[in-house]
Amino acid sequence: MKYLFLLVALIVANAALADDGMLILQNRCASCHELSGPAAQSVQELWQRKGPDLFYAGSKYNAEWLEKWLVKPRRIRPAGHHPIQHIKPGNKRDMIDTTTLRPHPALSPNDAKKVTKALMKLKATAEMMGTAVFKGGSISVSFGEMVFDKFNGCMACHEIEPGYGGLSGPEVYTAAKRYQADYLVSFITDPQAWNPKTPMPNRHVSAPNIQKIVQYLQALAKENWDEKK
Amino acid sequence: MRKNKLFLTLFVSLLMLSSAAWSDDAEDNYKNYCWQCHGMTGDGMGLNVQDMSVQPRDHTSAKAMGGRSDADLFKVIKEGGLAIDKSVLMPPWRDSLSDDEIHDLVKYLRKLCQCG
Ligand code: HEC
Ligand code: HEC
Ligand code: HEC
Repeated sequence: MKYLFLLVALIVANAALADDGMLILQNRCASCHELSGPAAQSVQELWQRKGPDLFYAGSKYNAEWLEKWLVKPRRIRPAGHHPIQHIKPGNKRDMIDTTTLRPHPALSPNDAKKVTKALMKLKATAEMMGTAVFKGGSISVSFGEMVFDKFNGCMACHEIEPGYGGLSGPEVYTAAKRYQADYLVSFITDPQAWNPKTPMPNRHVSAPNIQKIVQYLQALAKENWDEKK
Repeated sequence: MRKNKLFLTLFVSLLMLSSAAWSDDAEDNYKNYCWQCHGMTGDGMGLNVQDMSVQPRDHTSAKAMGGRSDADLFKVIKEGGLAIDKSVLMPPWRDSLSDDEIHDLVKYLRKLCQCG
């Protein structure tokens, strides 16, 4: 009986945390992040969204990473959320105009806990997730890099270590820390199911190679990049 | 009953309308997708080129683009570099763009290179 009471109290307390978190989200985050969906239906609409959509956050992020990042946010997309809004012509190639990039607002540890609770409740639809899941297993970084770069050209838009790779997409060396493995499989299988106007193409990677790529991303994420930077 | 059916048909067609992806104009599409590699001005010197083993085509060069038919351009945009025995680094865009949008992009490329 006593335990039942404790359990109920815990559930109620958790729900209260999530409610507080939703209030913070609505007051301090909704101006830049979509919290209820759907994804942008036109390129113009996409460019008006100042930050990535969060309405499926609970199916995307690892809660542990999320809570830490919200307290101490660090840039993930080297050229910002819409690179087109943050670049300028250079001598050899288009360059990032760092003066236009702003640091992300940070939360207190207490608020980050509440917001994480609230975000983890926002789930993707079954259509977005699809049926493919991560089956586990591991791969060497060097073989993984062949699949990622040579066979599928993913490195053209993604950095595989700080300062090496493409700049228009998010860094992928920390992707497996940030995102759930099933989300990674699902997004690579069909990026347009998540965001019809995403600048990332569907490269039609074979199902077994998608498993290998996610294994590779997990191997990359094991390195302590924060220390190396 | 009949009324219900009518309502259902209406509802379903509304749903279909709202889920049909919006068709964007060629300039917006070029800026959203192509520009990452082919550059702000289309000269092939995009944000991503530094570590790419094959450089993106200069879309402003009549010399580089003049030899291609509209059908060639359509094919490489829709199916990617590998489909025409070119680099894997040029991605296929068939899941991002409708055939109509790709036709518009071909016309847009013709304006950029002032050729064909
Ligand atoms: C001024 C606009 C702005 C506000 C306000 C804002 N964000 Fe963001 N947010 C961004 C941008 C831009 C990015 C992309 C940052 C990057 O890639 O480095 C981002 C990234 C994120 C990410 C990581 C997304 C990913 O998948 O990489 C999370 C999580 C996030 N924001 C949560 C929040 C929360 C929670 C709040 C409110 C406390 C908030 N943001 C307020 C603009 C904003
Ligand atoms: C033309 C550039 C481009 C190429 C090529 C590309 N990506 Fe991406 N990728 C992006 C962009 C841009 C995003 C950010 C998506 C968004 O915000 O909608 C992204 C996002 C991602 C993400 C993170 C998802 C997220 O929600 O942030 C992963 C993982 C990823 N890509 C893996 C890959 C893999 C694997 C390949 C090769 C099969 C690949 N990418 C090829 C541009 C690219
Ligand atoms: C990830 C980088 C990347 C992106 C994004 C990209 N391209 Fe390319 N593109 C390339 C590369 C690299 C080549 C050169 C291929 C070669 O020479 O083997 C190329 C070549 C081409 C060619 C010339 C093909 C030929 O016949 O020689 C055309 C046309 C083209 N791209 C159009 C586009 C269009 C339109 C878009 C946007 C919808 C686009 N590209 C987006 C990398 C990219």
